Amino acid sequence: MRRLVNVYRLGIKELRSLWRDKVLVAVILWVFSGGIYVVVKGTSMELHNAPIAVVDEDASVLSARLAQAFYGPHFQIPRHISLPEMDPGLDSGRYIFVLNIPPDFERDVLAGRRPDVQVNIDATCMSQAFIGAGYIENIIAGEVGEFVRGVRGAPPPAIRLATRVRFNPNLTSAWFGSVMELINNITMLSIILTGAALVREREHGTLEHLLVMPLSATEILLAKIWSVGLVVIVTVALSLYFVVQGALGVPLAGSIPLFLCGAALQFFASASIGIFLGTLSRNMPQLGLSMILVILPLEMLSGSATPRESMPEIVQNIMLIAPATHFVSLAQAILYRGADLGMVWHSLAAIAGIGLVFFLFALALFRRSLAQSR
Amino acid sequence: MTSGAMISGAATSGSVARLNGVGLRYGKTVALEAIGLELPAGCMVGLIGPDGVGKSSLLALIAGARRLQAGRVEVLGGDMADARHRERVCPRIAYMPQGLGKNLYMTLSVAENVAFFARLFGQGREERERRIAGLLQATGLAPFRDRPAGKLSGGMKQKLGLCCALIHDPDLLILDEPTTGVDPLSRRQFWRLIGRIRADLPGMSVLVATAYMEEAQGFDWLVAMDAGRILATGSPKELLTRTGARDLDAAFIQLLPEAKRRGHRELAVPPLAVREGEPPAITAQGLTMRFGSFTAVDHVDFEIRRGEIFGFLGSNGCGKTTTMKMLTGLLPPSAGRAMLFGRPADAHDLETRKRVGYMTQSFSLYTELSVRDNLTLHAQLFHLPRAEIAPRVQEMLELFDLKAHAEALPDQLPLGLRQRLSLAVAVIHRPEMLILDEPTSGVDPVARDGFWELLVDLSRNQGVTIFVSTHFMNEGERCDRISLMHAGRVLASGAPGELIRRRGKASLEEAFIDCLEEATGERADAGLAPAAAPRPPQPPQLSSSRSRGFSPLRLFAYANRELREVLRDPVRLAVSLLGSAILLFIMGYGITFDVENLSFAVLDRDQSPESRDYILNLAGSRYFSERPALQSAAELDRRMVRGELSVALEIPPGYGRDLQRGRVVEIGVWVDGAMPFRGETVRGYIEGMHALYLSQLEVRTRGAVSGLPAAGIQVRYRYNQDFRSLYAMVPAVIPLLLVFIPSIMMALGVVREKELGSIINLYVTPVTRLEFLLGKQLPYVTLSMVSYFGLMALAVFVFEVPLKGSLATLTLAALIFVTATTGIGLFLSAFVKTQVAALALTAILTLMASITFSGLTTPVSALQGPGAFIGSVFPATYFFNISRGVFTKALSFRDLLSDFLALAAFAPALTLMSVFFLQKQEK
Repeated sequence: MRRLVNVYRLGIKELRSLWRDKVLVAVILWVFSGGIYVVVKGTSMELHNAPIAVVDEDASVLSARLAQAFYGPHFQIPRHISLPEMDPGLDSGRYIFVLNIPPDFERDVLAGRRPDVQVNIDATCMSQAFIGAGYIENIIAGEVGEFVRGVRGAPPPAIRLATRVRFNPNLTSAWFGSVMELINNITMLSIILTGAALVREREHGTLEHLLVMPLSATEILLAKIWSVGLVVIVTVALSLYFVVQGALGVPLAGSIPLFLCGAALQFFASASIGIFLGTLSRNMPQLGLSMILVILPLEMLSGSATPRESMPEIVQNIMLIAPATHFVSLAQAILYRGADLGMVWHSLAAIAGIGLVFFLFALALFRRSLAQSR
Repeated sequence: MTSGAMISGAATSGSVARLNGVGLRYGKTVALEAIGLELPAGCMVGLIGPDGVGKSSLLALIAGARRLQAGRVEVLGGDMADARHRERVCPRIAYMPQGLGKNLYMTLSVAENVAFFARLFGQGREERERRIAGLLQATGLAPFRDRPAGKLSGGMKQKLGLCCALIHDPDLLILDEPTTGVDPLSRRQFWRLIGRIRADLPGMSVLVATAYMEEAQGFDWLVAMDAGRILATGSPKELLTRTGARDLDAAFIQLLPEAKRRGHRELAVPPLAVREGEPPAITAQGLTMRFGSFTAVDHVDFEIRRGEIFGFLGSNGCGKTTTMKMLTGLLPPSAGRAMLFGRPADAHDLETRKRVGYMTQSFSLYTELSVRDNLTLHAQLFHLPRAEIAPRVQEMLELFDLKAHAEALPDQLPLGLRQRLSLAVAVIHRPEMLILDEPTSGVDPVARDGFWELLVDLSRNQGVTIFVSTHFMNEGERCDRISLMHAGRVLASGAPGELIRRRGKASLEEAFIDCLEEATGERADAGLAPAAAPRPPQPPQLSSSRSRGFSPLRLFAYANRELREVLRDPVRLAVSLLGSAILLFIMGYGITFDVENLSFAVLDRDQSPESRDYILNLAGSRYFSERPALQSAAELDRRMVRGELSVALEIPPGYGRDLQRGRVVEIGVWVDGAMPFRGETVRGYIEGMHALYLSQLEVRTRGAVSGLPAAGIQVRYRYNQDFRSLYAMVPAVIPLLLVFIPSIMMALGVVREKELGSIINLYVTPVTRLEFLLGKQLPYVTLSMVSYFGLMALAVFVFEVPLKGSLATLTLAALIFVTATTGIGLFLSAFVKTQVAALALTAILTLMASITFSGLTTPVSALQGPGAFIGSVFPATYFFNISRGVFTKALSFRDLLSDFLALAAFAPALTLMSVFFLQKQEK
């Protein structure tokens, strides 16, 4: 009981110090509001506005119809270019896709000679290239099929697919991007704020006087975590209601309080990682470098940037140690699919467990580093 | 005109600096107010007064390190507000800031530190070597020329600082509290050294700030200051006669305004009533602390009786603080033991902690809490009973005379009051023992006496045992017993009077010096003899002409210094080089856009051969892996919500029958759209495979080709025929890594100097901002290029990513690129003040800009709005293009010219902006 009271009082003190650091407060507010908005509004991983060009060597009704079949939001209006312009266009990255419709295409189609449309794709843009290839195939097949049916009157296909996309019917990337950006920011801020605060206190020697009071190392660390965590979680909640749901108009399916619980656990776990790094580093440059070493993989490999199941199995398994991996799947389940506690409890437990292990590890190191500090 | 002539000019005019109506404020705090002063040239001028009265601010203004806010400062015959005059006289001024070795670089050796300053003042190799040898000889540092500055004692650090200051024969030497925290022997050596140097350079003016009145006694002319104002000026003798005091301490008190002096009286310490037979309050037996091979405290023994005031005298770093930490149990001793109240000191023994009050040297009160709240918080943390807290806080406010300031924030209080508050906080829980680590350093004599009155009251009237460390000799004289400490060992212990008697000296200081000489074998005038050799004739002074314009030598001085520092931090080096290799591995293998192994399940309501045939078609593909079949719509729903299935199919009843009868049937497909990128890919796959199935079905059932699509599609994946993620990712990850690590290292490189204080060298030496910035940047560019070559080797030999274009082109681009990315770090660090802020800002900006807006995942051509703008003004965009172009498209320099041009514009633009925002003076 006494310990809890100590943790509470110290935390209040931390909150007051944070409030006085206006720059830091501004950074926290920005990353959860404007930062998310800019990132989400600006980009999409899916095919969006893809630059495309057509080399029309046929100049027939069908080839013109094909060119007109590409439009927004997936594609930009195709540019008509000549064959010699194709390679430089792809080289410079001006176009990702270039369609090449060969001479006599329409005549060959109607004659049943099955001519080929050549689709050139800049495969260095992995995500776009892949999805785009599928789209283009479908669009060309559809247009050509309709054209032929219109001329010949062939029967419609025997089996129809009724495809429905669940949880995000229009595959709007902002729905996904906003929450993933939120998650990345939680991870990054928790590591930076706690780790750097620790190194700074040590570089300035202000940690010591706490230790001569009847306080334990656990209490000091917990006070730091809960106070900053509270600020971040409250900001996240506001961001979910006003930025994600409000300004960006993303409908969130599940229980936001449940998600916030997960976020709090995630903060605890990654703040523990931050403290862990903070105790290992002797100075700020070392901390900065080791943080990059940790944050980059966390952001890129936790499943918030690319799907986890396509990563090599060893990477998938290693990333199971990272709390962010579990948090990403938890967030997707709750916010998009509307999962309840019964369905996500194992993710919550995993985050909590990993967090606890890191915390205990950080605590042991912290105690040791205090004993050695002069 | 030689500067010698200038000096005599200055000397005849009689003043080296003239101040008129100078004022300075930090926010709301007034540091200096309407100062008017004329400092005589060619002599030793002392600024006296406690900490925080404006001495340092005044010196920084005279040195040109701080920007003038109000009034006029003329130094060496010109206006210091004029940048050209500052540039002209800067080589003639030397400034040694406050704090032990504040402007030195701790990882550099003694000789390297001096050489760094010599280069800043444009000295060539031969002149430099000669001067360094001479100065190190004169200061007695010659035997330690290869020792890192961080491993020198406080006194030696100050001597080294002096060497650095004197390297260019200044006409005006400014020393800010050069001897604070230095042991008395080193202090005496330091002043003798200054005396010698002045004898050699008779024209040199010396301006010193000090808190030690004994030292000021020997100066030519004094300025007594208090609260940002000048109390009096004149020679020491004049001040003494004017006030009728017997020493300067007393004279200073006399000079203070009436309000401050009120209530002050000579402190008398009543004798301690010895209670026989009581166990000692503190016992130390053979207390030893080793840090690696360094022994900080070496077999220290003492016993302190209850109610006694026991003093620890010694310099900074002599082991006082370490000993105190062992007594509190914070540090477990390497050998020996410490007992408090007859029990071993143990940090985990929270009960003992409650009986002890501890005031650390840097006791930071919570500056965000008011005086009353500080007291209350500590009372709560010590768990005083709830009902007692308010009365106890009130009692402390009264006892320590803080009632008038109860609601003020500690930062607004003068240092003396703050120390009283610290003491109040330390005793709020009625400890039986107080451990005070240099509680009065920097406090003015009146406040110091008031503080001691409180201590005496606690000791004599309340029986509190007090263990106090100090470097003021007159405070040592007030203790019941003292120990003289040096280099981890206790040299002598006993009552002060007895120690003086034993040594046969007149004062405690003399006795201490005597002990030190005996212990170290050094003499107060040690190291001075060799300097008696005549100084070489002064070479003609070229510095004033040399200081103008751009100097590669000064740039090199900074580059060389920075490089050495990085090379001596193996962790930083390893993380920056190995770390990027590890990241390339993780991300090269880990990030992939090949979507495979998608889980699917089918709700087959038909269970006919036809429906099974359709399912088999999907299950056979490498893109999909089948999960146990679904039994109901509810199960479909549940398993999709849980995220177990990426796609679910529902085949309606009568599917097979209808298909045979030629009726159109419909299969339901549910795609998990939670991750849009994956959802879209899944939908594409399903539709593609469906089309394929249809045509196969047609061929099978009708045996005709008429059902085949009327046109084929021939997809050519350019630049990456196998469509392997690795080939696309590696050329993208390398630029990514060349953004983060160089920019973070660079940003911290500059802010670190700001936070640790060595930025002062930029303010007071002839180095220009451009030389400073480029010099700092050069080592990190080099390091980044080493890292780049390592990454390239990994990419080509380990990942076997073919490099289709020219390595030379890519390397040139990388060089331009890392210059730009380090430039980003430089630019950001010109703004921020703390390393934490630099870290957060650089990480957030570079991560966001390079991951989302530079074409790593989304091509820049597909960006829109602010994203497109950020992408176009971030260098990574262009380097991504070049890297991909050279790696996968075999593009030549000419093809990439536009990207090269864009990239090349960043470095100079960023450098110019950094120069613009970096201050050459402190605000």
